[in-house]
Amino acid sequence: MTRHIRHAGVFCALLLVALLLNAARVQVVQAPEYDRNPANRRPDIARYEEPRGDILVDDRPVTGSRDTREHLRYERTYTDGPLYAPVTGFASQLYGTTLLEKAEDGILSGTDPMLAPFPLWNDFTRARSRGGDVVTTLDPAAQRAAYKGLAGHKGAVAALEPSTGRILALVSAPSYDPQPLSGNGAAATKAWRRLNVDPDRPMLNRAVRQTYPPGSTFKVVTTAAALDAGVVRDLDAPTGSPEPYTLPGTRTRLTNASRGCRDASLREAFTLSCNTVFAKLGVEVGATDMTATAHAFGFNDPALRIPFPVARSTFDTSLDQAQLGLSSIGQYNTRATPLQMAMVAAAVANGGQLREPYLVERTVRPGGSTLAASGPRAVRQAMYPSTAVRLRALMREVVENGTGRRAAIRGAKVGGKTGTAQHGLGNSGTPYAWFVSWAQGDRDLAPRVAVAVIVEEAEADRGDISGGGDAAPIARAVMEAVLAHQR
Amino acid sequence: MSKAGITVATADPPAPAVRRLPRRRGIELALIVLAVLLSVYGYCAVGLAQHGTLPPGAAGYGAGLGVLALLAHLAVRLRAPHADPLLLPIGVLLNGLGLVLIYRLDLETPGDRAAPAQLIWSTLGVTLFILVVLLLRDHRVLQRYTYVCVVAALVLLTLPILFPAVNGARIWIRIAGFSIQPGEFAKVLLAVFFAAYLAANRNALAYTGRRLWKLQLPTGRVLGPIVAVWLVSVGVLVLERDLGTSLLFFGLFVVLLYVATGRTGWIAVGLLLAALGAVAVGRLEPHVHSRIETWLHPFASIEAGEGPNQLAQSLFAFAEGGMLGTGLGLGHSVLIGFAVKSDFILATAGEELGLAGLSAIFLLYGLLVERGYRAGIELREPFGRLLAVGLSSLVALQVFVIAGGVTGLIPLTGMAMPFLAQGGSSVVTNWAIVALLVRVSDSARRQYDGPGTR
Repeated sequence: MTRHIRHAGVFCALLLVALLLNAARVQVVQAPEYDRNPANRRPDIARYEEPRGDILVDDRPVTGSRDTREHLRYERTYTDGPLYAPVTGFASQLYGTTLLEKAEDGILSGTDPMLAPFPLWNDFTRARSRGGDVVTTLDPAAQRAAYKGLAGHKGAVAALEPSTGRILALVSAPSYDPQPLSGNGAAATKAWRRLNVDPDRPMLNRAVRQTYPPGSTFKVVTTAAALDAGVVRDLDAPTGSPEPYTLPGTRTRLTNASRGCRDASLREAFTLSCNTVFAKLGVEVGATDMTATAHAFGFNDPALRIPFPVARSTFDTSLDQAQLGLSSIGQYNTRATPLQMAMVAAAVANGGQLREPYLVERTVRPGGSTLAASGPRAVRQAMYPSTAVRLRALMREVVENGTGRRAAIRGAKVGGKTGTAQHGLGNSGTPYAWFVSWAQGDRDLAPRVAVAVIVEEAEADRGDISGGGDAAPIARAVMEAVLAHQR
Repeated sequence: MSKAGITVATADPPAPAVRRLPRRRGIELALIVLAVLLSVYGYCAVGLAQHGTLPPGAAGYGAGLGVLALLAHLAVRLRAPHADPLLLPIGVLLNGLGLVLIYRLDLETPGDRAAPAQLIWSTLGVTLFILVVLLLRDHRVLQRYTYVCVVAALVLLTLPILFPAVNGARIWIRIAGFSIQPGEFAKVLLAVFFAAYLAANRNALAYTGRRLWKLQLPTGRVLGPIVAVWLVSVGVLVLERDLGTSLLFFGLFVVLLYVATGRTGWIAVGLLLAALGAVAVGRLEPHVHSRIETWLHPFASIEAGEGPNQLAQSLFAFAEGGMLGTGLGLGHSVLIGFAVKSDFILATAGEELGLAGLSAIFLLYGLLVERGYRAGIELREPFGRLLAVGLSSLVALQVFVIAGGVTGLIPLTGMAMPFLAQGGSSVVTNWAIVALLVRVSDSARRQYDGPGTR
């Protein structure tokens, strides 16, 4: 009998071994797979267990956290939600995160390993660090000015500090309040549905996620290419341009909105925004040099992040002469985000050097000590310094004598370029009004701010739509707000 | 018995006169104190994790558990001084841990406080333990009540049929606000009956009757009654939809039959019958069929868009625990939903104590079973041996069926984890099992001592 008791005992031992092995299988081998199962709520619960870190503008948080005492405990709150939505994005328990909330999620939610007191500490203790804060480069006054200027319009504003690439303002209109999306209840679902069916697309970040034909503002790029390539040496020499200009190889005749473009000098053509002159210049510069310059300004760069990705601005690289002519005046396949056009203005203002734009000044630990500081990024030489000096003069004339007079600021040097972009089938859409500019206060050594403004479907008669009329005053308000800060 | 022992010993000069086993009551006491301290520590850990302060009842809880455990220890010291010193501390630790887990889960489900009731039942269980140890001086007395046991067991098993079903199973009776699961008590009575009957008839079972191929078939007169009892109990349980317990009885029956007769053929027959029964029930019974489906495809309901089922939630909980667990009170076992304090309490243990804690719990059960088997091997008379093996196997099978079920090793059958799970009948029954094992191990180890040690 003893032998058989032992056998039965071995059987029980085998059962125990099976249990132990299976427990190890479930808890160690399969655990990562189970953790990743979308129906597993535990990662979500852990994620929202602690208040999220904040996004700071001018050292004041524009976000917050609300304790709901629910399973998913902390909900995001926003102060001035619509004002900062194109920067913060939303952090929703149902719909995920966007923009800065997404790009800096590791810091904000506390999962970033840099937040741990020691390497691998959190892996070992299974603790989650408290979320860190993200300090933005935004200038709240400039942001407010841009937001106010766009009120009632569809459009966007991007403003940069030319010497560093810091983004001072990033506004998209119409905007939305991200707060209702934060939770997971019926209200969030309803808000999500409402925002998604809104024909005005308030959740579209027009400043960085939408590209537009840049129209005449692209003539800044064409001018830089022409001066760099030596196609034009004297700003005041006649360019020998006919009016109308027949695009090479076609019978399409290009005309101008203003008079006085026949055989105009580059200075006159820039001030009057002559399509004929710039189309001809672009053709003379040639596709290779035009593409190279556009690229140097940041066109065709799919990898730009600020730190969230920016839509790629395009300058077509395989063009015939006629297409090159059209592209050189910001039409055909040329498309740019407002941020890209602000980069163009900033490169001119910064002596030809382009600083990559960035939105996060630094990230800080909950205690306030700095985790990582971004600082100015790589420099790209967009044009010769001498070209930049001449372009600055040209742009100042636009504001002083040309189409951009409404951007002028008393006691400051302001340079600008207007644009009216045709779009739609057969150019049937209401044109977009563009304005790109930069400004230097009277006591500043260099331009302090570069801005790009676009207003879609400006509320004006079609004939009157112009960057100078609708977009320039908004740009001026933003530039004034920046210059008003004493440094 | 003891006289014979002495003659054998003295006839063999080099051996000592008596092989005196140390009683080790001091070790038992130390282990009990450790078990109580561990439980109080867990209780405090839950409070700290949930509220950041020590729970107000910690001292009372520790004192209550401590007094109960000490009284039980005194009873053992008084009436079963030779008993295995591990049995009682394991019971105290598992019961204490179960109370901690139930208290911890109470905090998540404010409408349903189970810990106070469980504490009362534990008190009853320990009281029963003390009574059994004090009053049952010799386990062989139970042999006299073989047929009382079987009648009582069958009555207890059939009683719930008269009461309404709860959650699809007719295994409860409700009296004055208390719900009792008579099947739990029945399993001890059946174990006693099987042990007594097989001990009395094992020679007849092994050596009489016709031979069929390699199998020695016993006569119907010997085999009949026990098969009848087994069939009736399993049949009743199938009617009551308590498949876990019917599986348990089946396993108990096969193990004891094998140990009593020493015929491997019984295991083959048992496995064959089990397989046939499993296939038949799995095909015919929709309730069981769905459980098998769930076992094979635990995440099918997620893919179907119906959300995770209990087994999937249980697996998520185990996965969250990982190696070291989230810490007591820091998991989210409430997601598992209903039955989190009973059938699925192990998932909370796995989540909050991790693989380390879960393995420790399994090993505690393993140790309890091993000590029971050891007593069975050391005993000389067949009833005690079968009783020890039967009771230990009950624990082993039950732990395997429920733990295997919630960790996805085998299809899920609702049963209570011994000592851990919420459920009064279960706690009381398990204390009775430990009491009988203490009594049996006392007899087993006393055999080695000389006369006069009684």
